[in-house]
Amino acid sequence: MGLISLVRLRTRRKYLLARAWRRGRQLTPVADRMAGLSARPILLFSTMRNERVRLPYFLTYYRRLGIDHFLIVDNGSDDGTREYLAEQPDVSVWTTQHSYKRSRFGMDWLMHLLRSHGDGRWCLTVDVDEFLVYPFCETRPLRALTDWLDSAETPSFSAMMLDMYPKGAMHEQPYREGQNPFEIAQYFDSGNYVLSRNATYRNIWIQGGPRARLFFSDRPKHAPAMNKTPLVKWHRSYAYVSSTHMMLPRTLNLTYDDQGGEKPSGVLLHAKFLDTFAAKAAEELARGQHYAQSEEYRAYREGIARERDLWCNWSEKYVN
Amino acid sequence: MTPPNHRMGVVMLCHAALDRAAQLARHWAMHGCPVVIHVDAKTPQDQFDGLQTALHDLPDIRFSPRSPCEWGSFGIVQATLDACAVMLAEFPQVTHVFLASGSCLPIRPVGALQAQLANHPDTDFIESVTTADVGWTVGGLNEERFTLRFPFSWKRQRRLFDGYVTLQRALRFRRRMPEGLVPHLGSQWWCLTRPTLQAILSHPDRPGIDRYFRRVWIPDESYFQSLVRQVSSRIESRSLTLSKFDYQGRPHVFYDDHLHLLRQTDAFVARKIWPQADLLYRTFLTPDGDRALASEPSPGKINRLFAKAVERRVKGRPGLYMQSRFPIRARGGTQSAAPYGVFSGFSDLFRDFHPWLERALDARVHGHLFAFDRVEFAGGESIFKGGLSDSPTLRDYNPRSFLTNLIWNTRGETQCFQFGPTDEQDIAPFIASDPNATIFAITGAFAVPLWRSGRTAAEVRPAAARLQKVESDFLAELTGPEAKARVRFWSLTEFIENPAEPLEQLVDLLNPRAAHRATDLPQLLPLSGFGSFLQDLRNQGMAPVLMGDFPSDAELAQPEQPFARPRIVR
Repeated sequence: MGLISLVRLRTRRKYLLARAWRRGRQLTPVADRMAGLSARPILLFSTMRNERVRLPYFLTYYRRLGIDHFLIVDNGSDDGTREYLAEQPDVSVWTTQHSYKRSRFGMDWLMHLLRSHGDGRWCLTVDVDEFLVYPFCETRPLRALTDWLDSAETPSFSAMMLDMYPKGAMHEQPYREGQNPFEIAQYFDSGNYVLSRNATYRNIWIQGGPRARLFFSDRPKHAPAMNKTPLVKWHRSYAYVSSTHMMLPRTLNLTYDDQGGEKPSGVLLHAKFLDTFAAKAAEELARGQHYAQSEEYRAYREGIARERDLWCNWSEKYVN
Repeated sequence: MTPPNHRMGVVMLCHAALDRAAQLARHWAMHGCPVVIHVDAKTPQDQFDGLQTALHDLPDIRFSPRSPCEWGSFGIVQATLDACAVMLAEFPQVTHVFLASGSCLPIRPVGALQAQLANHPDTDFIESVTTADVGWTVGGLNEERFTLRFPFSWKRQRRLFDGYVTLQRALRFRRRMPEGLVPHLGSQWWCLTRPTLQAILSHPDRPGIDRYFRRVWIPDESYFQSLVRQVSSRIESRSLTLSKFDYQGRPHVFYDDHLHLLRQTDAFVARKIWPQADLLYRTFLTPDGDRALASEPSPGKINRLFAKAVERRVKGRPGLYMQSRFPIRARGGTQSAAPYGVFSGFSDLFRDFHPWLERALDARVHGHLFAFDRVEFAGGESIFKGGLSDSPTLRDYNPRSFLTNLIWNTRGETQCFQFGPTDEQDIAPFIASDPNATIFAITGAFAVPLWRSGRTAAEVRPAAARLQKVESDFLAELTGPEAKARVRFWSLTEFIENPAEPLEQLVDLLNPRAAHRATDLPQLLPLSGFGSFLQDLRNQGMAPVLMGDFPSDAELAQPEQPFARPRIVR
């Protein structure tokens, strides 16, 4: 890695920070409850749009895990999401009507919040349909993990995204508000993930799972990335480069051992494939606000028309 | 209760989570142990004041002068010495001093610990091992801890620290040790008798010794451990405190879910306990101690568990690739999880090779996994274990992930597949460098299907030449300098001279525990006419070399087998 590349990466990081600062001005505070936070709070950051039905379980799940405060950007919801969030005692809400796509799919907004509120704190950046699990999460709260990471002086923790899906067509088991989505989406693909190392950013790039298997089998290169680094002890100079898939400075991407050992890592259980999905796919396709010209959603719509059941004989049931 | 002439005092070193420290100090004091607390000078004053207030009702608690304690520095030894001096001066009835931290939790009743000390009134319980015999130190610094100087902080000034070590090594610098000092190492947590401690505190050469240890690395693991050898009359070299370290030398932390495990230990105190492990504190800090302690401690179980954790962290599971394990080539980056067999040419020569191999090896036998048009999983499945798809596009996008996934997903069952020059070759370098691969190749067998296709030599010549090129490239890969796979190959000629022996060999290699020798052999296709086909190819201008010197029909020893018409064998 030559000097020029280093300079280039640094420039890229500075650019992302400047961008986040600029887009940060698009945010209007709705409820700011950041005052009076405990010392060393663990914060959760998320952008969402029209996720009212998912919110109760999402908040319950992460409160139980030990999130002290939620910082949420509402992107023009009209289903009561914003109002519901504003009522919660441990949630701060910002709202914006601006383009999700032009905010790098919400990352500019979140980076602005991370920079202003996350400095020196453990920050978890997830979508409303992503649920973090980590070793011993049944018996140890998130604080046990962050304390351990602190003692090891490790600033970032990786968690691969794992697509969960139900057996049978998605619309057969409607999701009720407050329900654990994994009562419905119980299954996952256990062993069809492909890995490669990105030489520039040094992160591991993972693709695979049911989406690659069904929707992208003829153009695997376009299958969504599954590697994520959602939990970071933030510093104001950090930047997420592409969603939470990779970061700068790139030492934050070294969440793997390349000498043969295994570092601890988590999984983001992805509760996307519920009955709410078809409606979401149609809406997002119409808005054209998602990654790669909504190619992913288009693939789903076509794929789903052909084959609505993601389940196969070798699907593994998630037990816990 | 404890006889008054045997009394244990506790020295507690604290720096954080002082509410827990207060709870622990109270527990010790309630059981008749005077406590001297040292709080790191870097801990905020208001927290210290809070601790004092919380304990003000207890008469037998003292606070020693606060000094900074940086990990790996002499500060911790200094703090211990100061606190011990206070203990000996203020509590003349104390006969043993137990060194603990603010996160050391007594897991057996304090009474049991006192009884143990009363039974061994003159014994110093301190782990003390000569540097030559220590196996646990991290970073390769054993003896050098004592012979080099360490003025820089390992945590804050890592570059200076490393640079200075390198420099001293280069200059062959060696410190002179104080007279009579034999370096010993051991756990920081000990329990010493009053006479031993007194002798250390009033050692005639104390200033010189302290000066020396100020530049030793991690002196809290060597100061008392070395000096005790000069002054003690009776040493039991073990710590009464259970303390486990991870591969980087940081102490393992115990959480609520370790409760069952802690009950099985034979140690009296455990460290480190996570400050928010409420269940552990609640269980063990009851007046009589925990009642559910195992009557038969099995410390071996704990040792095994933690040894396993370290091994998982350092070595990992070969053949597993994930977001937190992605080894470079030299550390197992081209390795799958389990042995598997690759067969080249066999299914071109035998009509019933698959079923035979399944019987002989008790293995899962796939077709051509890397065929151009389709992944030929065993049984013709379209999706295989783990959700692997039969789409060749998906497979070719990352063939090595495909193969390592397949082998990982089927751990416990040997996998075999066919591979030949007609297949997608991108995986070849990986197979060649995978120590788990065993490759059996009959070179030149690719020509048999060409011959059996019924087309003329002129028609198949280009295809034959291309396949021969591909196969020789593959063979070159297998015998190249990076190759780690086990390889057996025979030319077609060699093979048909005596097919039984190679077949027996491969069964032996892949299924060494096979109860009996495979008695039945697969049926070889009749090859009469193949020799003249090769000659035709030669006449067309190709040089078929990989088959060996194939005999003409007249010399072919193969008995004629009746076949109505050529059949494609899959």
